[in-house]
Amino acid sequence: MLAVVPFYLGDDADLVEPLSAELRRLFRRDVRILPPWFDPEEAFDGSRAQYHSTRILAMLLDGPGERFERVLAVTGVDLFIPILTYVFGEAQLSGKAAVASVQRLRPEAYGLAPDRVLLLGRLVKEAVHELGHTHGLLHCTDAGCVMRSSTYVEEIDLKGPEFCEACSAVLPGDEPGR
Amino acid sequence: MSDPHAAILIVDDEFSVRDSLDGWFRRDGFRTGTADSAEAALGRLKEGPWDVVLLDIRMPGMDGMELQRRIHEIDPDLPVIMITAFASVDTAVRAMKQGAFDYITKPIDPDELSHQVVKAIDQRRLRTENTRLRQQVEAAGGRFEGIVGDSQAMRQVLEMVRSVASTDATVLIRGESGTGKELVARAVHSQSARRFYPMVPVNCGALSESLLESELFGHEKGAFTGAQYRRKGRLEMADGGTLFLDEIGTISPKTQIELLRVLETKTFTRLGGSQPIEVDFRVICATNPDLEQLVREGTFRDDLYYRIHVVTIHLPPLRDRREDIPALAMHFLHKFARQMNRPFEDFSPDAMDVLVRQDWPGNIRELANAVERALVVGNPPTVVARDLPVHLDNGADAPAGDSLTDIERAHVARILERTGWNISRSAGILGIDRATLYSKIKKYGLRR
Repeated sequence: MLAVVPFYLGDDADLVEPLSAELRRLFRRDVRILPPWFDPEEAFDGSRAQYHSTRILAMLLDGPGERFERVLAVTGVDLFIPILTYVFGEAQLSGKAAVASVQRLRPEAYGLAPDRVLLLGRLVKEAVHELGHTHGLLHCTDAGCVMRSSTYVEEIDLKGPEFCEACSAVLPGDEPGR
Repeated sequence: MSDPHAAILIVDDEFSVRDSLDGWFRRDGFRTGTADSAEAALGRLKEGPWDVVLLDIRMPGMDGMELQRRIHEIDPDLPVIMITAFASVDTAVRAMKQGAFDYITKPIDPDELSHQVVKAIDQRRLRTENTRLRQQVEAAGGRFEGIVGDSQAMRQVLEMVRSVASTDATVLIRGESGTGKELVARAVHSQSARRFYPMVPVNCGALSESLLESELFGHEKGAFTGAQYRRKGRLEMADGGTLFLDEIGTISPKTQIELLRVLETKTFTRLGGSQPIEVDFRVICATNPDLEQLVREGTFRDDLYYRIHVVTIHLPPLRDRREDIPALAMHFLHKFARQMNRPFEDFSPDAMDVLVRQDWPGNIRELANAVERALVVGNPPTVVARDLPVHLDNGADAPAGDSLTDIERAHVARILERTGWNISRSAGILGIDRATLYSKIKKYGLRR
């Protein structure tokens, strides 16, 4: 079972349900939406006015997170890792925690008109991509695969939400009893 | 996209920086290594090869600047990307002057990071490839691909190759059939300044007059029946490189005139065309027949002869450099054993003795064929005398006496054996017509 933990999403909180539905379909797992059991402010870096994504991963693994096969945090704040200016998300490679942010996925962040459909599509791809890393998947060279690396938001738009055949082969099968 | 085989060494005293960069690149499929100090980095360098080093300028102990200098003492071509805080850009500029590939400021824009690293890896690959090619060319200074032999005669040939290669002079290579004239032409080309352009061979003897013209000059669409498309000729293909004209003595008087014009003006027009095309190539010609004789007979133009007869390299027949036969035989044994996947390793002493005593009228080509055949019929790992073609076994075909008749009988028998009793080819080799050959077979009572 997957846990989705939304926090600081503001007006984008309505994306969580459709996102969960897509995760249920793609990973063939039940999905539970849970409120955060940690204080996100502990990941805040005042000097950068951003949230340290690696610290968020550590907090996801504590407490109720332990009970789930995978835990995904979804947030509206800007994420960073110390060496980089920003990240769209982060995951433990072959671990269980992942985090994805909508902050830099919004068209408004690039001076464009809001587009809810586009934003949901981007969020699904980013969340699936990070969860793919938790299954040990590296960046894929298949142009359409969701595991394709994306450093520009436009690159997220170029790929699909699904795994290519080679990456699919690495994912586990149906959840027992499902 | 990243090269999954590339390796990145990350050197930074801060764990969080090392850890996040390590994760970032591992997700891209790179091989990564980390070091928390300059000293540790120098140790990890030995675990290489690395394709790029990401190096923090400010570290306790030996700093990034000093480490960069040490890295380049060990591996001058290894690209180093310096990581610096905004405040120390001046230091980064100094690092660039000291040979760093580039620098990036913390925190790093993710797109810039990937871009810089891929660029550095590409440069590393290019430099490695360049070094490898340079070493190949330098190694070829002492040895030419496919040319085997250390006899005095071959040493003189190779000396000649080296001295003419650096010039742009036209070279005429003379030698019997099968002596390796094209290999020598390739050796001259590979040592010349034109080596990065193609060497284009044309076997003049294998083509009719009209085909040879079309082959050399190319043609425009509709130049003749069947010329459905415009086609570049060998002269255009050789532009910048070397044109190798094999069996130059066989070309027709008309083509001789046209070729002479090209060699003098370095321009030509395609068949059916009117636009003059400028070309720049070196010419190497090869001949087996005596060109001087052809000039005297009037079948080869003297002005073309003088144009191509600038520097001559004589290739000795194999019988004049018998000391090279063992090395050549072993060269072909290894080559064909590899190709056929047959585990042959050596010749028996009597087999080698048979090879060395032969006259090899077909020269190296004939020797190669004999070895290839032996590897087909013999049993690994050693080629023995009975594996060699029958005509090479002197005991069987040696003249039974010393009279001219005895010698002629043995010679005709040997040629028939060598051609597999192909009457036309045997008659051609012997320089007699088929009817004469049949009468000799009958006269000497030869049988297959």
